[in-house]
Amino acid sequence: MPYETEVLIIGGGATGLGCALDLALRGIGCILVEKGDLASGTTGRYHGLLHSGGRYVTSDPQSARECARENVILRRIMPHCLEDTSGVFVVTPWDDADYADQFVANCHAAGVAVQELPLAELQRRESLLNRAISRAFELHDGSADSFLAARSLALAVESAGARIFSYHQLERLIRMGDRVVAGVVTDRRSGEQQRIDCAYVLNASGAWAGRVAALAGVQLTLVAGKGTMVAMNHRMVNTVVNRCKYPADGDIIVPIHTVAVLGTTDLHVPDPDHYGIEAHEVALLLAEGEKLIPGLSRYRALRAWAGVRPLYQDSGQRGGADRAIPRTFKLLDHRERDGVAGLISLVGGKWTTYRLMAEEAVNLVAQRLGKLQPCRTAHEVLPVPATEHRAHLPPLRGAAARYGAQTEHKATWPINGLAQPWGQNEIQGLDADYYYLGQHLGAVEQSQAAGDLICECELVTRARVLTALEQGIHTLDDIRRTLRVGMGPCQGGWCVYRTAALLYEVQQTQAQDAPIDPNMALRDFLQARWKGALPILWGDQLRQARLDEQIYVGLLGVDLIADS
Amino acid sequence: MLDHCIKCNICTNACPVAAVSDRFPGPKYVGPQAQRFRRVGQPVPDAAVDYCSGCRICNLVCPTGVPIAELNARARAQMVAERGLPLRNWLIAHTDLIGRLSAGPQAPLVNALLGWAGTRWLAEQCLGIHRHAPLPRATRYPFRARKQPRLGRGKQVVYFHGCATRAYEPHVGAAALAVLARQGYEVLVPPQNCCGLPLLSNGDFAAARRAHMANVRHLWPYVQAGVPIVGTSTSCTLTLKEEAPELLDLHSHEVQAVAAATYDIFEFLRHLAERGELCDAVRPLEQELPYHMPCQYRAHRIGQPVVDVLSMIPGLRLKLSPAASCCGIAGTYGLKREKYALAQAVGRPLFSFITQTGSSLALCDSETCRWQISHATGVATKHPIELLAEAYEL
Repeated sequence: MPYETEVLIIGGGATGLGCALDLALRGIGCILVEKGDLASGTTGRYHGLLHSGGRYVTSDPQSARECARENVILRRIMPHCLEDTSGVFVVTPWDDADYADQFVANCHAAGVAVQELPLAELQRRESLLNRAISRAFELHDGSADSFLAARSLALAVESAGARIFSYHQLERLIRMGDRVVAGVVTDRRSGEQQRIDCAYVLNASGAWAGRVAALAGVQLTLVAGKGTMVAMNHRMVNTVVNRCKYPADGDIIVPIHTVAVLGTTDLHVPDPDHYGIEAHEVALLLAEGEKLIPGLSRYRALRAWAGVRPLYQDSGQRGGADRAIPRTFKLLDHRERDGVAGLISLVGGKWTTYRLMAEEAVNLVAQRLGKLQPCRTAHEVLPVPATEHRAHLPPLRGAAARYGAQTEHKATWPINGLAQPWGQNEIQGLDADYYYLGQHLGAVEQSQAAGDLICECELVTRARVLTALEQGIHTLDDIRRTLRVGMGPCQGGWCVYRTAALLYEVQQTQAQDAPIDPNMALRDFLQARWKGALPILWGDQLRQARLDEQIYVGLLGVDLIADS
Repeated sequence: MLDHCIKCNICTNACPVAAVSDRFPGPKYVGPQAQRFRRVGQPVPDAAVDYCSGCRICNLVCPTGVPIAELNARARAQMVAERGLPLRNWLIAHTDLIGRLSAGPQAPLVNALLGWAGTRWLAEQCLGIHRHAPLPRATRYPFRARKQPRLGRGKQVVYFHGCATRAYEPHVGAAALAVLARQGYEVLVPPQNCCGLPLLSNGDFAAARRAHMANVRHLWPYVQAGVPIVGTSTSCTLTLKEEAPELLDLHSHEVQAVAAATYDIFEFLRHLAERGELCDAVRPLEQELPYHMPCQYRAHRIGQPVVDVLSMIPGLRLKLSPAASCCGIAGTYGLKREKYALAQAVGRPLFSFITQTGSSLALCDSETCRWQISHATGVATKHPIELLAEAYEL
């Protein structure tokens, strides 16, 4: 019995989910399919920057403009996923000092709010930054939890009546003549195949978009630009720090949750599913990081990972470095481009602009379908998943206000009377209830759950793990994305066997559609963690890995688990 | 520093407070773990760190060298900077001031007042100082140097007496002066004030910085002249040696020089013994005595100087308290209403060790530990230097 819907969305990253929500809110039926877990592709593999736009004012002003606009909207619709860290662009001795003025001028031109930060203020706020920094500019960067945002989006999608099939692999796109009319997907848990009839297929599969298009016989070439990142054990800075220069490798540090992420590199990879992390990439990130924070490479690195950017370049513009490819997105209507109707691809773009991408894609689809409802995603505040514990602490703003401006700096709006691309009323939204670093610590203390933690590093309580397990998982990695279990310093050393035990208990007490083997889940999780640890295995993290090895191999004999 | 933590939980196992209370989630939790969630400029989200007594056992057992107690002290200071120091903590942290106010001719009156249950009840209700908490008795004759010799003649040593010796236990100071004099040293007692430890452990870093810098100013001329500083209070000497410089980020040449010239008195005597300069004219003491090495003394990481030095007294046998045992008081911690019972529970294994020895006298280097032990067991306590003075027949 085939499903029938108006739009079939391929890809459960931010873009696909954003499209699903936009469609659902406009009353257009849709089904989203994702081959893995939500946000398990590029969305969940980026450094977590909420762009102010500053990064692209020179290389890609269009992208900068979009980021600046979306930044304000995201702060309104998903404050619980964002941390209001603020961001600085700093001129180090390695950067062209003349670029700074050009940068400011470009910010003005692109409508990206900027103000110069006195160096004394910069040092007061971020004492570890290089004292040789000669100028600094503050912009409205932030950090974003893209996993949490994906789950909030999914909740909103489902409550708006659309369906999401994760762990469903798209096998075929069925064409009738020059029109795509259906997709066939396989449930990766049960192996069942399912046909989904639709009026449109919206290809939001990012770096995999070329493969999806190929299923419809359409050639779409994407450059998979691998970006490697390194997470450091704790936050050396609490502000996003960018080098004030033309975007290049290793020029940004993003404080997100409990870690500081060094980003990124940019290397072509032929296959978005298979790539390694090269030693020279890690070395470069640390060496560049040293220029921002002297001594940085002596701090503890937790792991390295990479994501693949879906970079799209119109044919005819080929050649040149990846960095030169615009970061802005492209909406490709294959009817006009290739003569294949019923297929639309959405490629390129940034996490920060996912909503705008969705809006434009859905505008096109809605127009074709003759639906006239306007986009509502800029104003619908996203729900908070049940697995999040929210600290009922006094709001940070009030608390920070009590201790005076000397302890907490808030960017003042509007900055230096610059023309704002948005109205004053929207700025009021900044008072919102952002995520802040101490949130989980405060919540655990309030619920006196310190003795009942499953993941100690990231302060995940048993109650939260059980909630997530009861919602059903396919791998233990799903729990990591949902709760950050295993993402802390011990990289699963203490929490994974506990989580696997809970998984076993939950599966014993309540029937699941497709029960999974806790032993295999445990082994797979450890294997994935190990992969991320290998590129940075020295010093403290090596010591940690040895302890983890003693626990899992020496004590528990995980290496003896037979393949099922 | 928190980067070294491999989450092994050894500190949590060794922590005397976490063992007896659910209110303290343990050193790993409030230390390197919670620290990743704290941010300068944002309110400290967890008050549980205040239940760290600062005994430093976690530091000693950590296999990777994380200064956990220091992380905790800093977090508490951040909390105090945000929320202010409660009046009770202000009072008990200013040991210097309290000592000066209570010691002297008015001491009998002060002692009588504090000995009266009504006052203690009131103090508990109004201030939050537990009514049974072991408070010392002020002395009528505060410790003072008898004469002030000039710097730079012969073998000299500076004596750092600390607040307790001056206001409550001048006999410890007298014993120290006598023992040092017996070694041929001229003992100088320059002006000095509180080492700042109670201020540090209550989170008032600003006041602690003032106290430490004042001490450095007082002591620097002597250190410059090559005169060592010797103290009888193990926590005062630890503060001068490392706690104050580390926690307060004081690293000037003077601070470092004062730290390097500071010795616990038995550490100093052991140095003399190693050079063959320790007077060994002691009389035998046929006794078996329980000896508790305070946590703050272990944190010096100098072995057991008291055991080493007292071993020259014929007939004296010391029974050492169980390894890593703690009396619970932790300076001012066990005085607090909400922590008194906790401190007593922490000390229970030590107390039962002492009562089981059947001795009517116990030895311990730290004053607040002595008061706690005597309060909990009813056994009299002495500083080991007093025993050595007896053996020298001073």
